[in-house]
Amino acid sequence: MGNLQLKSIRKAYGTHEVLKGIDLDVKDGEFVIFVGPSGCGKSTLLRTIAGLEDITSGAVVIDGQDVSVTPPAKRGIAMVFQSYALYPHLTVRDNMGLGLKQAGNPKSLIDERVKVASGLLSLDPYLERRPAELSGGQRQRVAIGRAIVREPKLFLFDEPLSNLDAALRVQTRLEIAALHRRLKATMIYVTHDQVEAMTLADKIVVLNAGQIEQVGSPMELYNKPANLFVAGFIGSPQMNLIDADRLGLSGAKTIGIRPEHVGLSRTEGEWRGVITHVEHLGADTIVYLDTEKAGFITVRLFGEHDFKPDEAVFATPDHGREHRFSSDGKALSVTP
Amino acid sequence: MANARISRTRLAFVHVALIVYTIIALFPVVLTIMNSFKTRNDIFRSPLTPPLPSTFSLTGYYTVLGQGDFFGYFQNSLIVTVASIFCVLLFGAMAAFALSEYRFRGNLLMGLYLALGIMIPIRLGTIGILQEMVALHLVNTLVSLVLVYTAQGLPLAVFILSEFMRTVSDDLKSAGRIDGLSEYAIFFRLVLPLVRPAMATVAVFTMIPIWNDLWFPLILAPGEKTKTVTLGAQTFIGQFVTDWNAVLSALSLAIFPVLVLYVLFSRQLIRGITAGAVK
Repeated sequence: MGNLQLKSIRKAYGTHEVLKGIDLDVKDGEFVIFVGPSGCGKSTLLRTIAGLEDITSGAVVIDGQDVSVTPPAKRGIAMVFQSYALYPHLTVRDNMGLGLKQAGNPKSLIDERVKVASGLLSLDPYLERRPAELSGGQRQRVAIGRAIVREPKLFLFDEPLSNLDAALRVQTRLEIAALHRRLKATMIYVTHDQVEAMTLADKIVVLNAGQIEQVGSPMELYNKPANLFVAGFIGSPQMNLIDADRLGLSGAKTIGIRPEHVGLSRTEGEWRGVITHVEHLGADTIVYLDTEKAGFITVRLFGEHDFKPDEAVFATPDHGREHRFSSDGKALSVTP
Repeated sequence: MANARISRTRLAFVHVALIVYTIIALFPVVLTIMNSFKTRNDIFRSPLTPPLPSTFSLTGYYTVLGQGDFFGYFQNSLIVTVASIFCVLLFGAMAAFALSEYRFRGNLLMGLYLALGIMIPIRLGTIGILQEMVALHLVNTLVSLVLVYTAQGLPLAVFILSEFMRTVSDDLKSAGRIDGLSEYAIFFRLVLPLVRPAMATVAVFTMIPIWNDLWFPLILAPGEKTKTVTLGAQTFIGQFVTDWNAVLSALSLAIFPVLVLYVLFSRQLIRGITAGAVK
């Protein structure tokens, strides 16, 4: 079991409020990801769940038990850190077993659990080594192993992939996904990388300035962003946000259209413009253009296209895929 | 040897400067040790020549080891120095940990207050300290010296160690807390091993003034039973109308223990074990 409720969590340092009332429900076995720009409070929120930060008001409830004032070791959680945070003077085996040893478990049980975890993460050849003798990817696997060994109700990940290089990041991401499928454990994961969020999460929590902007599955956030912030944050390249007045449309303040939902043509279309820059990625071609009507917009075309800067083109939005936002930034229902 | 970054002339300058400094620093030490092996006449006649077979003499060492309780003095110095270093490192590190790790009201002020001792010499308070020691009946005990030296060493220790402890990864301490380590275990088992190089630095800076100090032993513990080496060496000056052989031999002998301690700590100075802890 491992469900979590956050009840109007507030956290303030002096007068500076970092978390402004967070309510969240996480069901057993869910993979929940907190995303947001840096400084939005996502790491602080994770640390309050872990018990590493005290909350100013509110309650953290794990499996129906209020743990707001329980020390971290007794909350039944395990955490994986960005900097791995392995104990430098202990071997891989002792690193993984320390938590259980501190809790007074018998050696046979510790050995058993370490064996299972190291098998799962293919760490067997490294058990007697020290962290200094391991590569970055291996260290992060040891850190994950240390979490698995504790058999926690909640796994907490604090940007675990940020210190890895691009190739390892993809590989470790797949391993974490596989791990979640196998263990069926509840995982809470903090990242600023929306690709990680979209690929791993059952449920994404978008945070901004200490508040939750939207909670939903990756596709819900992509297809139905609740407000301008989520619309701009989820999706890469960013959604084009265009002033409705410029387009002569009424009933909304801002119109949003994703770059992949805009077509480009040399001969005809709705918005005439000039290409300012083109990025050829092979699978995609990203075209930046300055249009007369809609201003600067980004267009994402699939496959290879030979558009060049300074070329005059026409852009046409895919009608029906626009997002409409009111003047206070909230999304309006799709049909106008 | 060709070097891409530093020209040969610059390299030569650097070496000349270092060699000159080394000579200046080592000169008194070498002079002391050299002359301690010479006859009294020769010490005065030609102080700069090394001991020759004709001038070689161990009289000084015989006097030192024969007269007075020189081993006792050594023991006193060692006890005082080691006990003081231990207290300075332990309490200094604890204070530094609290200052660097915990948020509390007056943290910054407390840090400044603890560092104040770096600027104000403890000798200014000698009379007060003496009165206090008399009142506590600690005069002529080694405890009085250990207490004073601990107070003298703490400011620098707190200052240096708290700076170093700020560099210890927060994640590591958090990981320890999640694994159920107590704050003491985090301090002793995670943080202290990582700041070992800084501890060695502090130990060296603390040790040398204590070992060489004449002032406080003379005032607080001049009794025969509690004399330190430096004070013991002074007795040869008064007692035998300056027996230079004995004084130089005593000083030569006094150099060795501190040299050994220095070598022990300096190995730690160089070795850092943080590698692999984070990134």
